[in-house]
Amino acid sequence: MNLVLFHLMPYADLDLAAARDNGTVWVNLPNSNFEPEKGHVLYNRYLDELEYGEQLGFDAIAVNEHHQTAYGLMPSPIVTASALARRTKRVKIAILGSALPLREHPLMVAEEHAMIDVISGGRLISGFVRGIGAEYHTFGVNPTFSHERFHEAHDLIVRGWTEPGPFAFHGRHYRVRYVNVWPRPFQKPHPPIWIPSQGSKETIDWAAHPDRRYTYLQTFSPASVVQRYLAMYRDTCRGYGYEAEDRQLGWAVPVYVAASDEAALREAKPHFEAFRNVFVRMPIEMLLPPGYTSRESLKGVMKAKAAMFGDITLEKSVDLGLVVCGGPATVRRALEGYWKDMRFGNLLVLCQFGTLPADLTRRNMELFAVEVAPALKALGTRTAAGA
Amino acid sequence: MAFSQGFVDIRGCRLNLHRGGSGEPLLYLHGANGAPAVAPFMEKLAVGFEVLVPEHPGFGASSEPEWLDNVHDLAYFYLDFLKELDLRGVHVVGSSLGGWLALEMAVRDATRIKSLLLVGPAGIALEGVTPADTFLWSHEELTRNLFFDPSIADRLLAQPQTPEQLDVTLKNRHTVARLGWEPRMHDPFLHKWLHRVDVPVKIVWGECDRILPVAYAREFQRLIPKSSVEIVPRCGHLPQSETPDVFCDIVLKFAGTVSR
Repeated sequence: MNLVLFHLMPYADLDLAAARDNGTVWVNLPNSNFEPEKGHVLYNRYLDELEYGEQLGFDAIAVNEHHQTAYGLMPSPIVTASALARRTKRVKIAILGSALPLREHPLMVAEEHAMIDVISGGRLISGFVRGIGAEYHTFGVNPTFSHERFHEAHDLIVRGWTEPGPFAFHGRHYRVRYVNVWPRPFQKPHPPIWIPSQGSKETIDWAAHPDRRYTYLQTFSPASVVQRYLAMYRDTCRGYGYEAEDRQLGWAVPVYVAASDEAALREAKPHFEAFRNVFVRMPIEMLLPPGYTSRESLKGVMKAKAAMFGDITLEKSVDLGLVVCGGPATVRRALEGYWKDMRFGNLLVLCQFGTLPADLTRRNMELFAVEVAPALKALGTRTAAGA
Repeated sequence: MAFSQGFVDIRGCRLNLHRGGSGEPLLYLHGANGAPAVAPFMEKLAVGFEVLVPEHPGFGASSEPEWLDNVHDLAYFYLDFLKELDLRGVHVVGSSLGGWLALEMAVRDATRIKSLLLVGPAGIALEGVTPADTFLWSHEELTRNLFFDPSIADRLLAQPQTPEQLDVTLKNRHTVARLGWEPRMHDPFLHKWLHRVDVPVKIVWGECDRILPVAYAREFQRLIPKSSVEIVPRCGHLPQSETPDVFCDIVLKFAGTVSR
């Protein structure tokens, strides 16, 4: 199994009471709540944590993109991935992902990802996302064209990476007379493409298609939901006439390991609950603007609204599999159990979440790397050997 | 006055059309919330006009045509609609999004249009006056902000939405977003061509409009040559629903001066 250290880089110094009063940390939380001096410390701390991931033996370190929010301080994952490319030597660097429909010009994404791939000597994993609903409010991009723009931008980027330039591209949303990407990516035919998703049939149908076979990552969902979507991905592949490899599946989940179950729950509680109940929270109109999802999916979310939009305690979240938290043996057993049910080839662990401070984050990473990771890595290997 | 309901097929769109009354033709172009039923103001107008109330492509019971990308598509569609039904000398009444649509039609071709009556129309941007962001509002917030008289919202909100009504609400919101998400409910180039609207125009605005502030009324008047403004006191974004008697009097009086 591939183990990926994933970071959101939240504004951990957030005034939680102010955020609660505002109702959300997305779109309209005044940026006077951001203190640049504190941001300076946080950015450098978070980059250090990701770099430490290489030393601890993670297979990849991962960043992502979010805009105008305290949830994550990476409006450009290109900036953080670039910094990491020069400070690491062996570890893969995953951008999970670039929000294609929000970008004015997808060729910029093709160029920036290719640069990082060349600079790092082929260590880039490219991720593509549509951006979350809130970002269609902040950027003013029409959400009813979100899927179309995503697919068209993807086609332009992959063709730009793989076809000899210059050539012309005529889309509905992007028209380019000369597609001629310099530099070309280091990896052949192009960096691996991962597709993070909150779970959507349309995305699975597209990612699993035999022309693509992209790695599908289910992010921050209850374990039962993760299992449902990963099974849907495998079924979809069978429908296309092939068997999915484990490497095509991934799960992104917050993990917290401490000396004992009791200590883990006590230490993680305020920080995870800040993550789940303050940083993640937003009204449904912000989360799902018209056209961002199908109307059927939107109705499903509206029905489940009470469960999704209310506060959830850490203990309840552990039961739901929204987070894995406990002493080393508990975390190991839980993840082994989930793996047996789902057979994900990639586990993305979020070792920092919400307001979790530097000392606890580091110890969490170390305990995970030393006490949990070896057993998980063996899981994948045993399968490969037994297959 | 009895209205008939039926579907007309135009340019690959199955359009739901209510039609009633007799007199000069009056085309009502609805706003973001659609026109699911015959409203009291339509009944009143049908005494003096032949009233036509279509549900726009992408709204209510009308189909969602593939070609619908923006408000210009909709304007050309309704010009085709006037031709297809061979309507002439039409009084076009448009509310909010429908007012914007009426203007987009009139700058292109007003040969079949006799007058325009615009009720709190969208369509332009006024520096320094920001309209409400209705896309961030819940159903309840939107309902409450539409009316000056809170008892109207209370009454509407007391009736729970049926699943069918919810489907229509979501469909309408989708089409409104497609037409008006960005630029938000306006066409940044329309103002350059409003001088081409060479039919009489009446601009009606609720004094207490919380969606599009009443300041927009004067800006439209400045941009449209043959226009005059009527402000409805103690009224929100929808004078036709909130004060139907006052509204219908304005329509009758205006149409009377135009037809003379």
